[in-house]
Amino acid sequence: MISFNQGEKKWIPYLLFLPALIYLAGFIGYPLVKTLQLAFISEKGKVGMENFITLTRDSTFWKALKNTLYLLMVIVPLQVILAFLLALFVNGRFKGYMTVLYIICIPLALSDVSAALMSYNIFTSHGFLNKLLIKFGFIDAPIYFFGLGLSSRAFWVIVLTELWRATPLVFVILLASLQVISKDYFEAADVFGFSSWQKFFHITLPLTMPSLQSALLIRTLFAFQIFGVVWLLSGRDIPILAGEVYYQQAELSNFRLAATYGFIIAFICILISWVYLTFLKTKHSEL
Amino acid sequence: MMSQKIPIALKIRQLVTIFLVGIIVIWFLSPVVLITISAFASPGDYYQIEKVIPTHFTLNQFKSLFFGLEAWKAILTSIKVAGLTMLLSFILGLPAGYALSRYIFPGKNFLKLLCLATKMLPLMVLAVPLLIIFMKMGVSDTIWGTSLAHTAMVLPIIILIFSSILSGVSVDYEEAAMIFGLSRLHAFFRITIPLALPGLAASAIFAFVLSWNEVFVATILTLTNRTLPAHILKTAMASPDYLKFTAGFIMAAPAMVFIFFVRKHLVTMWGISLK
Repeated sequence: MISFNQGEKKWIPYLLFLPALIYLAGFIGYPLVKTLQLAFISEKGKVGMENFITLTRDSTFWKALKNTLYLLMVIVPLQVILAFLLALFVNGRFKGYMTVLYIICIPLALSDVSAALMSYNIFTSHGFLNKLLIKFGFIDAPIYFFGLGLSSRAFWVIVLTELWRATPLVFVILLASLQVISKDYFEAADVFGFSSWQKFFHITLPLTMPSLQSALLIRTLFAFQIFGVVWLLSGRDIPILAGEVYYQQAELSNFRLAATYGFIIAFICILISWVYLTFLKTKHSEL
Repeated sequence: MMSQKIPIALKIRQLVTIFLVGIIVIWFLSPVVLITISAFASPGDYYQIEKVIPTHFTLNQFKSLFFGLEAWKAILTSIKVAGLTMLLSFILGLPAGYALSRYIFPGKNFLKLLCLATKMLPLMVLAVPLLIIFMKMGVSDTIWGTSLAHTAMVLPIIILIFSSILSGVSVDYEEAAMIFGLSRLHAFFRITIPLALPGLAASAIFAFVLSWNEVFVATILTLTNRTLPAHILKTAMASPDYLKFTAGFIMAAPAMVFIFFVRKHLVTMWGISLK
């Protein structure tokens, strides 16, 4: 690569990157500054925490924070474990594993909106689950999962939907890292008579640890942004942080509070990334 | 793995594999199959509680969705927005990805890190200020506004993907072409681009699907020129169930077709975009 660069001007790579950089500055950097302005300046033009005080006085904020954390704590660990098992299984390379891989990847192509509608199709009062249960005589009348006062049931439907929809995201990261583990390690382990468990704990797990950590980080960040599935399946019965941004903005046209909610989500995400990266020392930039 | 040579153990192994494959396939495929069935099932069959699998099928839901609820307009908007996003992220991302893959320069790692960092930024924090900016620019509630926002979301990922794809094309070919007198620009367009074409095409589809599926920003930024997911989010829960299923199917079908075409690149692409 060095010989390739000789005799060329040094500013060329910068020039090539410049348009993208300007774009990102304009459409990500500037909006971020604008968010700070909106969140930290009150309606009367006073700089301070006024918007945050208004927000924390509203009980919905605490509910939204609690629900988001609940969802995160239930979904993320389950997802990582499931995805890891799936990745280990598919990496066994049995006959036809590529087909199974594609099938697992189907939810990757789908938006949260269609995933929510798919699970609504199964769990609604005339959905497939209720019809099947009635057909086989387990129940006489349909079980209702959605509606007023049923948010604890809807919660579990949301968990299932997210497990279905986003486990493949984690799966893909983990599979990619499993695929690059050299066969030599396992052959060496065979020579020394390692058991399958020993191989897993001494070879597979340590070598996939960086990916496991970044998968965990990505999933945690995404969990704070969960929106479509919750909004479609329960509306505001289960308030969540991202849903409140939407509600404040689209329904109430309250730019300041919407931006404040947005700022809080971003702040939590940045904080979590920072904690992960400092304490787990994941090598992220190794692309 | 194959140290056990007892046939029975092998057979049990095979059976377990088949069983697990069965569960995985059913778990991941059934929601998709079921919504396809529901999308075409007649409403009469749907509301009959004893009828698990419908026997009467109709296209009426598609008709009322397309024309009664103006989904065709939303679909058209979605295609335009996703197409523009794809185009913009290509024009901006290709040179940037090339710079990352072919040059060593001070600040390169910073730029890479910047791309990674923007992926960690939640879209929710950008949507509100973007709306205000677009209102000032006069592009709020237009396909341009939504595309510009979607490009901001897709671009960092696309730059990293491009950089990785172009790194996969050996520099030697480019150098050889340049020795034979082609300029770097010519070498890039005549040698590198054709060699990287499958990967680039897959990235284009990837960008398209990301935009096609995005709902949060699209809903916040538009009122009349809504993309399909935004349109569904706003109208779906007020419409009868059978229309919801048809809407879900219409959203899912093209995305799945696209993914089928890029299936070879799936693991690499999402691996990069999620890392």
